[in-house]
Amino acid sequence: MEETKYEIVRRVLIIRLQKDLDHHCAVNIREKADKIIDRYYIKHIIFDFSKAKFMDSAGIGVIMGRYKKIKYSGGKVVVSGLNKSIDRIFNISGLYKVIDKYDTADICLQKIESA
Amino acid sequence: MNIENKMTIEFESRSINESLARTVVAAFISPLDPTIEELSDIRTAVSEAVTNSIIHGYTDEIGIIKMECFIVGNELSVEISDLGSGIEDISRAMEPLYTSRPELERSGMGFTFMEVFMDNLEVVSVPGVGTNITMRKRVGSVKEMQEYTQEINHNVL
Repeated sequence: MEETKYEIVRRVLIIRLQKDLDHHCAVNIREKADKIIDRYYIKHIIFDFSKAKFMDSAGIGVIMGRYKKIKYSGGKVVVSGLNKSIDRIFNISGLYKVIDKYDTADICLQKIESA
Repeated sequence: MNIENKMTIEFESRSINESLARTVVAAFISPLDPTIEELSDIRTAVSEAVTNSIIHGYTDEIGIIKMECFIVGNELSVEISDLGSGIEDISRAMEPLYTSRPELERSGMGFTFMEVFMDNLEVVSVPGVGTNITMRKRVGSVKEMQEYTQEINHNVL
């Protein structure tokens, strides 16, 4: 199973999820992301779901947790590449009230940096 | 279509088994020809129930989670039970956004998803004894409706 990929572009952290985002994976992603956020003074975060097939309520926790962490410094969390099922989870849970969605991680990056 | 089937598995309350549980149920219902949406609904609901048993039922211990699945006609029924700590206040636990473990970044949406994604949800829990979750959902009903409509059209024509 491929591991989640972390990429830093200027002060934006791109988290490329590779498979399922459930409670099992959430624990690792949370720890790793928070270390990177603190160490590299990350301002914005992009979650790219283009290789992820599944997300449950644990994913909401991961995303909201990172959102709370960076919002005080004016940071944004944006997401890309959501399949229909994951999109539905976002809708039902109301995540789109605070999180924007774009087609690809590249577009996310453009939108963040032009804002 | 008239299928009857039953399956039981038991596994340890390790988080790695969350994906095992939802994958097994998805495979079990494949004879019902579920839509992609139905499959993802069921996978999510199962994942939520199993995660609850792991995090809340057994907390930091390893216990056994039992999952029984039945198919009768085009209805799936999944029963997930643990012998963990049980739920003190079920109606509170089922409130959207309520979580007893915010330190784990739980979103409090587990029961809400089970309710939204399945047709029926029943929770039986006794503190100190364990919890039993039963969820039901009719599967492949969209396809059945299409076939029915086609048949009607055919008869009319």
